Amino acid sequence: MPDAPGLELIAQEINAAHDGTVIETAHERGTATLIVDSERVLEALRWLRDTPEHEYRFLASVHAADYLPGEPRFGVHYELLNMPRVERVSVKALLADPASPSPATSSASPAGVSGGGSNGVGTLVLPEIDSCVELFPTADYQEREAYDFFGIRFRGHPDLRRILMPEDYVGWPLRRDFPIGGEPVLFTHNEAETPHWYE
Amino acid sequence: MADEIKIPMAESGIDAGAEDPSLAVVERTAAEAAERAGTDEQVMTINMGPHHPATHGVLRLVVSLEGERVLDVRPIVGYVHTGIEKSCEDKSYWKVIPFVERMDYLSYFFQMEAFCGCVERLLELEVPDRARYLRVIHMELNRIHSHLVWLGTTALDLGAISMFWYCFRERDRILDLFEMSTGQRMHTRYFQVGGVFEDIPAGFAGKVRDFCEEMPERVDQYEALLDRNEIFLHRTKGVGIVPRERVLELGVTGPLLRAAGEPWDLRKVSDYLPYGDFDFQIPVGTVGDGYDRYRVRLQEIRESVRIIAQAIDGLPEGPFIADDRKVVLPPRDELGTSMEALIHHFKLVTEGFRVPPSELYNPIESPRGELGCFVVADGSAKPARVHFRDPSFVNLQLLPEMCRGGLIADLIQNLGMLDPILGGIDR
Repeated sequence: MPDAPGLELIAQEINAAHDGTVIETAHERGTATLIVDSERVLEALRWLRDTPEHEYRFLASVHAADYLPGEPRFGVHYELLNMPRVERVSVKALLADPASPSPATSSASPAGVSGGGSNGVGTLVLPEIDSCVELFPTADYQEREAYDFFGIRFRGHPDLRRILMPEDYVGWPLRRDFPIGGEPVLFTHNEAETPHWYE
Repeated sequence: MADEIKIPMAESGIDAGAEDPSLAVVERTAAEAAERAGTDEQVMTINMGPHHPATHGVLRLVVSLEGERVLDVRPIVGYVHTGIEKSCEDKSYWKVIPFVERMDYLSYFFQMEAFCGCVERLLELEVPDRARYLRVIHMELNRIHSHLVWLGTTALDLGAISMFWYCFRERDRILDLFEMSTGQRMHTRYFQVGGVFEDIPAGFAGKVRDFCEEMPERVDQYEALLDRNEIFLHRTKGVGIVPRERVLELGVTGPLLRAAGEPWDLRKVSDYLPYGDFDFQIPVGTVGDGYDRYRVRLQEIRESVRIIAQAIDGLPEGPFIADDRKVVLPPRDELGTSMEALIHHFKLVTEGFRVPPSELYNPIESPRGELGCFVVADGSAKPARVHFRDPSFVNLQLLPEMCRGGLIADLIQNLGMLDPILGGIDR
């Protein structure tokens, strides 16, 4: 992990190369985090991967999180690793929910498309971010997983389908407003509520 | 005629026109494989699994074949997805431990360590040395146990049936050790946030030493059975080679990466547990074929035995769990005499401890590679997000590269050497 001044230097150098990419840095609990503009995440990742003195060439993990009720709502985390120096740096991109009725993003959400609000059921307007599969082929499955669970669409992903949930599943189950235990379990006492279950 | 059949189906609430949604994947795999082969005459696309004894779980492979030759493989996973990550969001931190254990059911101590270590780092809680050593001992025993199950089942796939009995015999001894120290054979819930649940009982150290003495001899016996077995050698040597650069690009870690020639092991480079105190080596392969993968894992068993022997000899005295009453349950005997202990006990059991708002990714070295736990804390007593970067899940992306151009019999061998645990992949 780079130390706090080192992280600050990385942020400055990225911003010098691609203005306005790094929004903020965080250095706590033994982790260094670059918070980047979600539109320019690829530039930051490419810079970190290819710049000779840094070379974070191994992408350990890509995962998403839902910060509801925080704004912006979604976060996509990239855990980068430089193996020879054993340094880790995480890159975090925050994404607003285009289906939420907040004034800043309401123009991006055409009326009537978002179905039943932002609870993930029937939501067609999805947050989007560029896919990093071109840079790091390992991100393939993990981006599919983030799409599957959070409904974050990765632009340019070669095969963006659900991976763990059934392909015809509706909704984004790991969003915070998706209820736990949404699938009814069939017992003898509620057999009558699901007619023809045996077919 | 077709309409007459459809009418009763529609009444039953089933849309007769609806297709199996995964059919598109099968068709696409076939089309792409045909294109690659330059022919569309002889390509056959079949399903292997989801229920197949050689898939090591509920894994479905859509395989395109031209005769015996594999043109493409597409894994379809998710058949044992149980939403553990979602369930964890509804449990207080200490109740999450038994959930995460059940993801990768062969490396439960590693899941616990990834999660507990993550929460400890979020709380900035110091773990006593004795607890850290006890964790090392149990995790390395677990690594041997996991590799033994791998060796037994993979050798079974390749036709060496007796290996299965021998490996499971030694595995049972490890499970007996777990039962002695933790009370359970599997899913022990032994690691706690702050240390371990209980100190090891009298006699445990002796039994572990006996095991450490016997195990290298057993590994020699496994080698004697397999290393001069012509069928085994023919089926593993030179099969499933993927260049090291490609393995790294695909994010593959663990024995698969080391067999490809990259000496990367988090135990050596990271200080999440006191591995720096022990003398052990990282086995590395040279060719990166199935045989190397087998050799690397077998040598890892030997190295783990060395770590356990050193850890049990150097086990420091002292407390086995941190003395922080806001996080750790008070000792049982204090509950009858101390009001504060009773209050702490009540608060911890009913509500649990709170973790300040923060997030952290905590990677450790599991038997299959980098196991990362990502926890988002929102200041309450329940985690806002628990994510596991499971090594099997990421490593599975290597399978198509290993199998393309090989025979279908090699696919079974490659899948075995990949060592995927579907509970970990699907979570």
